[in-house]
Amino acid sequence: MKPQPPPPAGPPSLLRARGLAFDRNDQPIFGPLDFHVDAGEALLVHGSNGSGKTTLLRVLAGLLQPSRGQILVRDAPASAERIAQTCTLLGHLLGHKGELTACENLEFAQGLFGRRADIDIEQALFDVGLAGFEDAPARQFSAGQRKRLALARLLLVPAPLWLLDEPYANLDLPGIELVNRLIGQHLERGGAALVTSHGAYATGAVRTRTLYLESAREPVDG
Amino acid sequence: MAETSSITAACRALLLRDFRLLWRRRGDALNPVLFALLVISLFPFALGPHPDILGRIAPGVIWVALLLAGLLSLDTLFRSDLEDGSLEQLMLAPHPLALLVGCKILVHWASTALPLIAATPLFATLLYLEARALPVLMYSLLLGTPLLSLIGAVIVALTVGMRRSGMLLALLALPLYVPVLIFGAGSVMAAAQGLPHQGALLLLAAGLVMALVLAPLAAAAALRIALQ
Repeated sequence: MKPQPPPPAGPPSLLRARGLAFDRNDQPIFGPLDFHVDAGEALLVHGSNGSGKTTLLRVLAGLLQPSRGQILVRDAPASAERIAQTCTLLGHLLGHKGELTACENLEFAQGLFGRRADIDIEQALFDVGLAGFEDAPARQFSAGQRKRLALARLLLVPAPLWLLDEPYANLDLPGIELVNRLIGQHLERGGAALVTSHGAYATGAVRTRTLYLESAREPVDG
Repeated sequence: MAETSSITAACRALLLRDFRLLWRRRGDALNPVLFALLVISLFPFALGPHPDILGRIAPGVIWVALLLAGLLSLDTLFRSDLEDGSLEQLMLAPHPLALLVGCKILVHWASTALPLIAATPLFATLLYLEARALPVLMYSLLLGTPLLSLIGAVIVALTVGMRRSGMLLALLALPLYVPVLIFGAGSVMAAAQGLPHQGALLLLAAGLVMALVLAPLAAAAALRIALQ
């Protein structure tokens, strides 16, 4: 047993990674990484294609087991259930059924993950600019509208930490502003976000730290 | 601060979603029945319309036709959920994946096996099955088809990560289906000859109880591996 560093003073971080690394077939994908995300701040993960951003998010969400290192949720070792209650993932696959309407897709998410007390499905759709599309099948949506529907799911579910994998992909300029606004509001509510991007956009005026993932696997925490 | 989702709410949401999807794709729902009907109607063409021959092979033919119809529809069990990312969301939900997988298997059984069982009296008439064997055939199918769905779900979960897994799925699943077929068709054969058939049905029931507990757990574990 290595001696663990003492827990830091102040409120616990929502998510903390200690020496987190992931290998696939003995090839290092990323890490070891040390970082933390506190309530009210965004962690921007920069890196070129193939630097392991998506893999990092899948490890943090609990879909992949880290090869080395530790994930702490609120400074306690992360169990699958604690991760599920703390994190929600917006990946490349949005998880919509084309045959179901926007409302029905969100009803399913609400049943699966629960719902924040201060919002309902109609309000979430309104907030992402999909008012009037409640009963339209998701199949008829454009790629950008589907992304907006996925953002509505984030608004609806109670998880405080958003893991966003390239949230700006497929979005027009108002859509990008929308993502930034939603992240800003989420942080004001005491939430947090971990956003990957290949560097084209900033999250706007929110408390942001940046984690650079390099292909050389040498992370710089800044 | 928030309404957390209970396990019952999650299962209800998943069942509601899958039944809604079935309703939207209801044109596909009759396909297994039509397939089984076609397979069964091939036998009189191949063997000639002799009631004594057809009546003798009817239990086996009906069982094999239903088994194959279920096998063909098995591949869709997790496929669309994997492709659109819903499966990831199921895994990320704060609920036991095995329970959610169990719900999906239930929907699959209800949508493919139940219509087949409902059509079975027609199949039995087509093949001159002894009237006294029909109730036993229905019981054996009611016990056996969920067992097939549960076993099949484990195999689908193992192969869902592969692109063209259709044939491999059949090669892996069919050997595991053999015991179910032996006891299922065997009980009907025995009943048609006036022999005791309860033993085979009880063995099917025992297998079903065991699979109900173990298969969702195994399928959930296999799905987690498939998504790595």
